[in-house]
Amino acid sequence: MRVAVVGAGAVGRSVAELAADYGQEVTMLADSRGAVVDADGVDVAAALSRKEANGSVGDMEVSDALAAEYDVLVEATPTTLGDAEPGFSHVRAALESNRHVVLANKGPVAERYEDLRDLEHGSDGDVLFEATVGGAIPVLSAIDDFGPDHITAARGVLNGTANFILSRMTAEGLDYDHVLSEAQDLGVAEADPSFDVEGTDAALKCVILGNVLHDGGYSLADATVEGIRDIPGSALELAAEDGQTIRLIGEATPDGVRVGPRLVPENGTLAVTGTQNIVQLETTHAGRLNISGRGAGGPETASAVLSDVRRLE
Amino acid sequence: MSDSETPQPHTVRLELVDEPGQLLAALRPIADNGGNLLSIYHERGNLTPRGHIPVEVDLECPPDRFGTVVDALRKNGVNVIQAGAERYGEQLTVLLVGHLVDTDLSDTLRSIEKCASATLEDLSVSAPEGRDEESSARLRLATQAGKRADVLGVVREIADRKELRVVEPLAEGSK
Repeated sequence: MRVAVVGAGAVGRSVAELAADYGQEVTMLADSRGAVVDADGVDVAAALSRKEANGSVGDMEVSDALAAEYDVLVEATPTTLGDAEPGFSHVRAALESNRHVVLANKGPVAERYEDLRDLEHGSDGDVLFEATVGGAIPVLSAIDDFGPDHITAARGVLNGTANFILSRMTAEGLDYDHVLSEAQDLGVAEADPSFDVEGTDAALKCVILGNVLHDGGYSLADATVEGIRDIPGSALELAAEDGQTIRLIGEATPDGVRVGPRLVPENGTLAVTGTQNIVQLETTHAGRLNISGRGAGGPETASAVLSDVRRLE
Repeated sequence: MSDSETPQPHTVRLELVDEPGQLLAALRPIADNGGNLLSIYHERGNLTPRGHIPVEVDLECPPDRFGTVVDALRKNGVNVIQAGAERYGEQLTVLLVGHLVDTDLSDTLRSIEKCASATLEDLSVSAPEGRDEESSARLRLATQAGKRADVLGVVREIADRKELRVVEPLAEGSK
């Protein structure tokens, strides 16, 4: 497949670099400032060094580049809330010219699911977005395999940063601020960690799960969201005395979408440690399914993107 | 015979620790208090949420003796999950976080017990920064079966009013 990659952050960059390894060809690569197009295959390494030196992968306007020849658009620009722009417009451009779309950007699927599905219905192209939930973990394809009607609920740990902080606080008896700075030093938390520690990121993933399970109906505004910022070490100690611990748990159930710190058994399935993610699916006839793995990171998320690209072949 | 003396069948669900002699110890108080054993279903291989073995006992006794039988079982340390139509023994553990002392912890606990028809079984408080700072408390509440959600609702309401944070247990999927 000829792949157009929009977004050259950790994920977009990894998709471009790993595409050949998955038998795909990158014919367009764009960042927020410019784009490069080559029908014979973009020289990814050269484009990325150009970005390093000049701030952009190429000189072409992104809107012009979106009109070039390709089979599938990989949308990997940063997630934005509300109108989910500019990601949504990129997706629209691709679907209106009957190309497939693979999303790593959560915005369009979480905030404008119905708009996205409408565009898809009017297009010969399909939309897949495995990478938006749980990074490398094949959550959405598992739901697709079982059929959304056979999954009654989904829950899990869907933010590695928050999980790292809670598990370090528990293991070392340190307070939130201390562990947060450590996480920032390690590159596990961003300079502004709000998106992760306030539960927004996990909520977007659960909103997407809710949309997939119930064929739409949810956006971030419909989710009940609590973060972990004000969980003191003493709460984790008290939980531990009782054989429990606290994890930031997201749920998509028929009752709605909810994210918040919850008590779980400390040796239970959901009490994953570090940046690990886990998703638990309740099935109608096959009991409970647990899938865990790396929920973030460039190559990890790119592998989910490239699996979607292969599904579209 | 008056109605209060006519023996009637009752069902009691117990949970036993998996140790020799436990079943006998649980049955003796029934016989000692005028109960007539009809059947015992010892669900070996099945475990209650606490990891104990569930036992269902059918017995016959006059209605006014039944309360005495159940009390005698409890007095002997037997955990009665269900007696007649009434169920006990569901537990709910929650954490409260915030200015617990300033917001009068004993009043908080009293309010929860009063409004939620729950019994506080266990309380643990940690205030590492002293009484004036934020602290945490772990509450274990005994509730009637099926009342968990109601009790949680009441806890949430009281906590909201006092600007306390509640960390709720995950009801499903945590095993």
